[in-house]
Amino acid sequence: MSAAPVASAPGAPVEPPRADGVPGTWTQALLLSRYQLRDYLRARRFVLMMAIVAAIGAILTFVLAYFHGAGLTGSSDAFYGSTWGGGVYVVMIFSGIIFGGDAIAGEFQNKTGYFLMGLPIRRTSVYVGKFLAALGASLVAVLFYLAILVGNGAYYMGAGAFPVTLLESFGIALLYLLALLGAVFLFSSMFKNSLYAVLVVAVLFLFGFTIIEELIVALVKIEPWFIIDYARPVIAYPFTSPLPAHVVTSTGPRGGTTTTYNPTYAEGLAILTGYFLITAVAGLFFFEREEFT
Amino acid sequence: MSPSIEARNLTRRFGAFTALDHLNLKVEGSKCVGFLGPNGAGKTTTLKMFTDLIFPSEGEAFINGISVQADRKQALASCGVLIETPEIYGSLTPREALDMVGGLRGMDAPEIRERTDRVLDEVRMTEWADHKIGRFSKGMKQRVNIASTLLSDPMVLLLDEPSTGLDPRGVAEVRDIIRGLKSENRLVFFSSHLLSEVVDVCDEVALLNHGKLLFYDTLANVTGRFLAGATEVSVEFLEPVPDDLARGSIAALPGVQTWTRQDPQRLTLTIAGGPAAKARVLEGLVALHKGLVAFKESRSALEEVYLSQVTDGESA
Repeated sequence: MSAAPVASAPGAPVEPPRADGVPGTWTQALLLSRYQLRDYLRARRFVLMMAIVAAIGAILTFVLAYFHGAGLTGSSDAFYGSTWGGGVYVVMIFSGIIFGGDAIAGEFQNKTGYFLMGLPIRRTSVYVGKFLAALGASLVAVLFYLAILVGNGAYYMGAGAFPVTLLESFGIALLYLLALLGAVFLFSSMFKNSLYAVLVVAVLFLFGFTIIEELIVALVKIEPWFIIDYARPVIAYPFTSPLPAHVVTSTGPRGGTTTTYNPTYAEGLAILTGYFLITAVAGLFFFEREEFT
Repeated sequence: MSPSIEARNLTRRFGAFTALDHLNLKVEGSKCVGFLGPNGAGKTTTLKMFTDLIFPSEGEAFINGISVQADRKQALASCGVLIETPEIYGSLTPREALDMVGGLRGMDAPEIRERTDRVLDEVRMTEWADHKIGRFSKGMKQRVNIASTLLSDPMVLLLDEPSTGLDPRGVAEVRDIIRGLKSENRLVFFSSHLLSEVVDVCDEVALLNHGKLLFYDTLANVTGRFLAGATEVSVEFLEPVPDDLARGSIAALPGVQTWTRQDPQRLTLTIAGGPAAKARVLEGLVALHKGLVAFKESRSALEEVYLSQVTDGESA
C-alpha cells in the first residue's frame, strides 16, 4: 500500500532557529558533571563510601595508637609511605567501583540514558561528564582519607605532619585514580548491565590483576608492565629512598632463581598515563557504538 | 521555516529480523501526527533512530532537514524527545533536572526559571518541584519527563506513548497538553496504542505493521478511503422494536445491509455507503417514531480502519 505524503527528494538542510545556542561539547560535559556529582553526593552510595573510608581510618588510628606507631611515626616518610602510599589505592578502588562501576552501564540498564540522549548532546559529553563526576566524588573520599592520615600524623609528629613529598605522592595517586577510573569506565561501557560491570571491576581490581601479575612473573618471567597493578607502588616512591632496584634476581636454597620486577619511577608514571589514555579512548569508543535497544 | 521530520529508506535489522523495512515518510508543517501500529510493528525502533538511540542498518532520519545520523546534536537542538519512560537521576529534584536540561540546551538562567515554572504547572507538578525524583511514582516521573520535553519550547516533538504509566486523569491531561501544543507552530509526532487519543488530537495518522508503512494520510482521507464498505452502528429505542418492524421498515432503509438484535430495545445495524448513508438511516429511524435515543458507531472509524488493515499475522 502506498503512503500519501512521502518525500521523494532530499530536502536541503535548514538551520533550525534554536540550534545555535546549544553549548559546546566540553561545556555540556562540565555542566552534566556538576549535576551528576550532586546526584552522587546525595546518594546512599556516597554515604557507603564515606563509611568505608571512616572504617579504614578508624582501624588505622586504632592500630597506630595500640602499637604506639611501631616505628611508623618516627618520620613522616615512613608514616605516609605506609599509610598513604600503601593504602590510598584501596580507597580509590572502592570509590572507582562505587562511583564508576555502573556509571555507563547504568545509563542503559536504569534508562537514565533515555533522558539524556534525547537532548542535543554528544555521547562524548555524557561520557566525559560522568567521568568528571566520578572523579570528583572519588576525590572527596580520597581527601577524607588523607584528612584522617594528616590528623594522625599531626598527633604523632606535630608540625612535620605534612611533608612536600606528600603533595608529590598525591599527584601520582591522582594519576592512578585517573587510570583506574579509565579502566572502570571501559568495563562499564562494555556492559549494559550494572551488576556485571561492578562485578568485573571489583574482581579485577581487588585481586584479579594481582593474581595475573604474579602468574605472569612466575610462569612467563617477563616484566608485567601492561598490568596497572604493577605501576601502583610508584605512589609511595616519593617517600622511598633509595628506590628499589628495577630487576631483582635472587637464588633460592636449592639453586633456583627468582626474579622480581619493580617499576622505575618514569615507567610507573608512563604505565598509569598510558592506562588512562588508552582505556578512556577505548571506553568512549564502546559507548559511542552501544545502542539503547 | 516549517518543522519537519523525514525518514529516508530507514531500515533496521536485528539479525535476520527486519524491525523496520525501508521506511519513507516525510511529515512537514504544524500538525499532530499519530504513529500507529501493533506491538512490534517498529514504532519505537523508528523513534529511536530519529533520536540516535539506535543506528539504522540502512537509510537516514532527518529532523528539520538535518541528518540525525550525521549530526545528532544539531538535529535534536530544536526537538523535544520522550522515548519510553526514562529515569532521571533520583537524587535530583524536578527543578534541578529541568535546570540541567535547560543548561544543556543552552537556555539562559531567567528563561530556564520562567519555562520551568510554566511546564511544571502544565504537568501539575509544581508542588513537587523541590522533592527528590527518586521517591516519585512512575506516573509522576513521566510528568517530569514530559515537562523536560516541553522545556525548550521545541519545534518538533517526538513522543513514544507519552501516556504510559499515567492514571486516567494523567492520560486526559497529556491529551490536553498535546492538543494545546498543536495549536502553536509545532510538529507533534507521537506513537500511541490509544486510538481514541489519536482521533482526539491528531490531524494525520501513519500506520506501521511488520516494519512497513501501510499508509500516512489525514484522518478524513484514511477513513474515507478504507471505510467505503460497511460500518457497524448500535441503535437504541425507548420502546421495544418488534421483529417484523426490524425485518421490514428498518432492514429496508437504504444502506442497511444487516441487522442483529442486542435486546428488545437495541439493534446493531450494518450500514454501507459512508456518512451519507448513515445520515439517511438516522433520518429513517427517527421517522419510525419509536423514540430513538442512541445512534452510535460500535467502533470509531479509525478503529475500523486499524482492524481492517492490521491482522494478527499479515497486514491486510
